[in-house]
Amino acid sequence: MLHLPALRWGKPYESLEKQNVVHFDTGAPIAQVSQVGGGIVQRDLRSADKARQALLQLSADELIERCKQAAELFETATLPMGDATQDVDQFVHQQSASTGLPEHMCRSNMAKNAFVLANMEQILDCLTRGLDLSILSRGYGEEGRGVTVSFQAQTPILGAVLPNNSPGVHTLWLPAVPLQIGLALKPGSQEPWTPYRMVAAFIEAGIPREAFGLYPGGHDAGGAILAKSPKSMIFGSAETMRQYAGNPRVQPHGPGFSKILIGDDVVDDWPQFLDLMVESVLSNSGRSCINCSGIWASRHTREIAQAIAERIGPVDVRPPQDPEAKLAAFTVPAMATGTHAMVQQDLAEAGVTDMTAEYGEKLIEKEHCAYLRPMVVHADSPDRSVASKEYMFPFVSVVECPQDEMLSRIGPTLVGTLLTQDQPWCAAASRCVEIDRLNIGPIPTNRLNWLQPHEGNIIDFLYRSRAYQIAEMPAAVS
Amino acid sequence: MSTVQTKVDEARELLNEHTLKTVHWHFSDETGSPFWLEKKRELGFDPLKDIQSFDDLKKFPLFEDDWLRGGPVRRWVPKGLAGKPVYVFETGGTTGVPKSRAVVEDHWKDYELFSHTLPDQYFPKGANWLMLGPSGPRRLRLAVEHLAQYRGGICFCIDLDPRWVVKMLKKGWMDQVEEYKKHCIDQAVTILTANHDVKCMFATPKLLEALGEALEEKGTSIAETGITGIFSGGTEFTPQWTRYAVEELLGGPPEEGGVYMTPTYGNTLMGLACSKPVTAEEGYKISYYAPQPRAVTEVVDMDDHTSVVGYGETGRVKLYTLTDEFFVPGFLERDEGEREEPFETYPWDGVSGVRPYHKLASATTVGVY
Repeated sequence: MLHLPALRWGKPYESLEKQNVVHFDTGAPIAQVSQVGGGIVQRDLRSADKARQALLQLSADELIERCKQAAELFETATLPMGDATQDVDQFVHQQSASTGLPEHMCRSNMAKNAFVLANMEQILDCLTRGLDLSILSRGYGEEGRGVTVSFQAQTPILGAVLPNNSPGVHTLWLPAVPLQIGLALKPGSQEPWTPYRMVAAFIEAGIPREAFGLYPGGHDAGGAILAKSPKSMIFGSAETMRQYAGNPRVQPHGPGFSKILIGDDVVDDWPQFLDLMVESVLSNSGRSCINCSGIWASRHTREIAQAIAERIGPVDVRPPQDPEAKLAAFTVPAMATGTHAMVQQDLAEAGVTDMTAEYGEKLIEKEHCAYLRPMVVHADSPDRSVASKEYMFPFVSVVECPQDEMLSRIGPTLVGTLLTQDQPWCAAASRCVEIDRLNIGPIPTNRLNWLQPHEGNIIDFLYRSRAYQIAEMPAAVS
Repeated sequence: MSTVQTKVDEARELLNEHTLKTVHWHFSDETGSPFWLEKKRELGFDPLKDIQSFDDLKKFPLFEDDWLRGGPVRRWVPKGLAGKPVYVFETGGTTGVPKSRAVVEDHWKDYELFSHTLPDQYFPKGANWLMLGPSGPRRLRLAVEHLAQYRGGICFCIDLDPRWVVKMLKKGWMDQVEEYKKHCIDQAVTILTANHDVKCMFATPKLLEALGEALEEKGTSIAETGITGIFSGGTEFTPQWTRYAVEELLGGPPEEGGVYMTPTYGNTLMGLACSKPVTAEEGYKISYYAPQPRAVTEVVDMDDHTSVVGYGETGRVKLYTLTDEFFVPGFLERDEGEREEPFETYPWDGVSGVRPYHKLASATTVGVY
């Protein structure tokens, strides 16, 4: 069976403890992954400086070029994978088999990751507002207006505790490499594929292997990364987000509660936005933080909910190889049954209506996995608790709310799409700190422009702008 | 008949005799504890007549550790030990009433037996000890101190409240957990660098790891502080962890790094099981053997605790305690593992690969200190 060792600053490490990655539907093992404990992680992170030193041997421009090669390799090549190799089809089969994502979604997530890597030059240009990247390498420089600027790396490496089920999120840590910051990653237990393949592509493209640590393991390994890496990311639940809120060392990513807000000026024409709403809810099986979980309008909400329900309510379980498959499996069935129970609780509240009730049973239980079929719920007021819910399947609540109350009632919103031409309302939305990514106009919530920062600018997370004054030393007197 | 088999038979005979003696002690009106004398009425058999061997203990219902919650704690003290000073040791207790075990001298006896398994080369007689583990109403803290004294040394201890650690973990206060760990390690480093001639220590795997890291950050190491012998314990003491500790934390096997580490397995109910020597050649496999006849471990079928699994097969760990202070005629531990063959040193069954019982694992908070 395929074995994936840990990677300790580029050196493979086979542990005495291994965990099987299993097929979501059959339970059959696909690969074995070496498990390391927190002690090994802590120990390695003490020499994290070497990872950055290895990357500093290459200029940012060289690294960007190699990132482009890595993108090509990631998307097309047969690459080393543990004690074997892996071609693109194998990657897709393996990822689908362990995560329950339909294969075409695995391919599109792969394309997304490769796109971000291939376009790193433009992305960094935008995120740094055109800064010469050698200034980041050197720590200071002349920006062109006769002013010295200085950016100090706050960490030699970026740590990341990666998720099990969302292969699209890996775009977030990719910029670290051309920014000459090493990586210490804890891959998700069911989705080791993207981080392993990405690191293989980086190394194959000539980026120093000493820059990479892959530490598969339990909570202990993840905890050590978060505790010992000066800057790290974690992907988790709302609880995880609360736990790390305000912690300058950790950037938590979790539920997005992304929403579409429809203005009074266009709501009577809501049918022209139906495709946009359906895509925002259904894409990637509704698993992403950028999927829309709430559509808010002051009127026509029942008709809107009904129309979306007619489109996504009939969506049923299909085999993962089927290009028409829209639903991902819950590889841990208890997550599906638990989620289903929570939704039933939401539906019990007065003023909440299941608009997809007529499309049959929602919870589909199988021997090793389970599915939840799409649901559209109507809420007659933002006071209903379902108005602020997000679940890991295509689920949206269509909420009736006066326009002038929306921005104060929506709560945290990772992506907010505003459908309106009401300029004062757009201006108010721009000022609304609840919204992270603001889309003005008909942009589905799931379509991200990678030239824009996501949940904070990674440059600001990894580097700090600071003063740097230089004066000529006087000539020696003796 | 092989030498080992002879020893196995002798050990079994001794266990049967010891069982008979222990049962008579706990169920005789003159010597038994109020708890067992009361329980005798519910049994439906007479232990004094019907228990003739160790296997007969299966006639008893499983011991329930919930019986140990709440008082009066004296109901556990056998009448035959009346008038002796009694300790009470607790386990659990983060929320609610902890389980309490009354002890007179068992912890001393267990650790004296354990002492004889320690190699003097690495645990020198007369050397001082550090107890890097939980303080408070715990058996371990006093037992380690007695071990040090029994070997002619003095034991230094730290303050560590594991109940507070569990509360912090449940609240998700990971930063504070880290800070608390640092606080514990700071105490240990202070002792180790204060010229107290500490050569031996008990440490939990997590704390040993943290101590090693803290010392290395100061440019020194566990070996350089003078430590030569460590005993440790817990389900986190896995072969992989041992390999990491030996290869990276302790600078290699004892003959290279100069530090000998031995795992132990135990709890407040049973006492302390020793390990077969752990070597790289055997993949750092850890096999524990209970201090028979005072305590026995079996590896039993997951669905039938009266049936022992075959050698090498996986089952749940079942404990028996047979001392004149405490009687446990079969308790299903929250761990599972593989049944191991007897060998020369320990001619009775052992258990290897000990880990949290898979059906309870998700609900258990392990390795809090």
